Amino acid sequence: MSIDIDTARRVAKLARIRVEEADLPALAGELSGILTFMEQLNEVNVDGVEPMTSVTPMRLKRRKDVVTDGNIQSAVLKNAPDAREGFFAVPKVVE
Amino acid sequence: MSANTWTIAAARDALRKGEISATDLTMSCLTAIDAGDALGAFVHKTPEIALEQARAADARIKAGDAPAMCGIPLGIKDLFCTKGVPSQAASNILRGFRPEYESTVTTKLFDAGAVMLGKLNMDEFAMGSSNETSCYGNAVNPWKVDGRTLTPGGSSGGSAAAVAADLCLAATGTDTGGSIRQPAAFTGIVGIKPTYGRVSRWGIVAFASSLDQAGPMTKSVRDAAIFLQAMSGHDPKDSTSADLPVPDFEAALTGDIRGKKIGLPREYRMDGMPAEIEKLWSDGAAMLKDAGAEIVDISLPHTKYALPAYYVIAPAEASSNLARYDGVRYGHRATLSAGDGITEMYEKTRAEGFGKEVQRRVMIGTYVLSAGFYDAYYNRARKVRALIKRDFEQVFAAGVDAILTPATPSAAFGLGEMSSADPIEMYLNDVFTVTVNLAGLPGVAVPVGLDKQGLPLGLQLIGRPWEEGALLNHAYVLERAAGFVAKPQKWW
Repeated sequence: MSIDIDTARRVAKLARIRVEEADLPALAGELSGILTFMEQLNEVNVDGVEPMTSVTPMRLKRRKDVVTDGNIQSAVLKNAPDAREGFFAVPKVVE
Repeated sequence: MSANTWTIAAARDALRKGEISATDLTMSCLTAIDAGDALGAFVHKTPEIALEQARAADARIKAGDAPAMCGIPLGIKDLFCTKGVPSQAASNILRGFRPEYESTVTTKLFDAGAVMLGKLNMDEFAMGSSNETSCYGNAVNPWKVDGRTLTPGGSSGGSAAAVAADLCLAATGTDTGGSIRQPAAFTGIVGIKPTYGRVSRWGIVAFASSLDQAGPMTKSVRDAAIFLQAMSGHDPKDSTSADLPVPDFEAALTGDIRGKKIGLPREYRMDGMPAEIEKLWSDGAAMLKDAGAEIVDISLPHTKYALPAYYVIAPAEASSNLARYDGVRYGHRATLSAGDGITEMYEKTRAEGFGKEVQRRVMIGTYVLSAGFYDAYYNRARKVRALIKRDFEQVFAAGVDAILTPATPSAAFGLGEMSSADPIEMYLNDVFTVTVNLAGLPGVAVPVGLDKQGLPLGLQLIGRPWEEGALLNHAYVLERAAGFVAKPQKWW
């Protein structure tokens, strides 16, 4: 599978990583190389095999659906690049 | 011998006998750390915390309440969140981040009285095999045989360099595809990746959640047993941590492996494998045989597909885990231009904050999970993963107790030597270790010899799930038979 420049641009967009137009051809080349390496997987007969979903077979634990934490607003906001009036602040989202 | 060169076991005994104080032991490590800046191992030093913890440990020892790790000075990989102390995963996107909480592993270690000397270098988000993707710059291998500076391996490169250079008694590492075992082998130390679920992942910056597991990097197998014991156990905050009793791993080191069956997988005999690695492997098998084990040839037929499956699954999980770095809640936010909205904020922040390898893997992961490709790549890789796991299950069901393989395809290479190479060439470093993560098994790297240049080489033992004790016992036998005592010549 070879990745063209449009696909590279779309992947960068989906990943929310800004890539300059001039860098897209190199990115497309690198991604194509890696995907070609992965194509070996097509040699394997996987008929009737279930995709692996858990590493060790165990039932996940459950706990009572109760509040176990909270009232730590300042700790939650402590590392925010921009926090105001008890909220995370971001650029305008809605016009 | 200065105390920073001691093993955990030796220090534990000396502390209990009152032959040294935890404070003096810690001071000897802090002195070694300050003299070891050229190694790039410690990236955030925490001497005040260390000395305070050492004083508390001394009080506990005096009161007769000293668990094995009490007063033992450790380095902590930068991937572990440590309260109030920078925890950046060696990434610019987490610059300035000081967690408000403590990871479960470090909490357990501190509760046991261990001392934190500082945070250790690594590849950015644990993505790399040479510690060259770190935002802090390279960590350097203390082993040096010519004019070149060598990689300590990765991603736990700082941990490996620090332990091998005696800057600390031991260090935490994490292993997603070989990140404990490959650097351990490159630096002549011991590193174990436990069974998936043995150690809580809570508070460890996530790379690929179904593969990540933390473990100790130590100067001996006994130390690995003592340290792993203190890290392990169920944690309600990590639903994938197993609610199983943690056995006494040190007590499992009987040195008796008579009648055990050791498998040598034929698929690990790679084309172009250096003759030295091949010889090391057969020497290791002979050592286990001399100790009374039975050596059998085994087949793990899907081995060849482990790397491609890994490089679908790990980036897929990473692209999801790393979505949280958006410039809103913690870490770096790009400076925005007039008119930039929230999408520009995400895109600029992530372009500035993530290094090249991390960006590449996030985009690969995004692609293989995107509509139209999910089945062709991600689901197929998960099916192949199931087959790789089944290969191991069949071998263990046939009575094999442990599997012996090389740990790495070569000795440590020079820093910068792979920089122009195709990314896939770097990925090949994980060829012997990555199967173990995919199958969720425990694996340990043990130093066994030196190559003709004088660089350490290691072998890997792979065990049955939840049987780290038996696995470490095999490693203990190999360690004793190999008698590896070489140390790097101090140049730093």
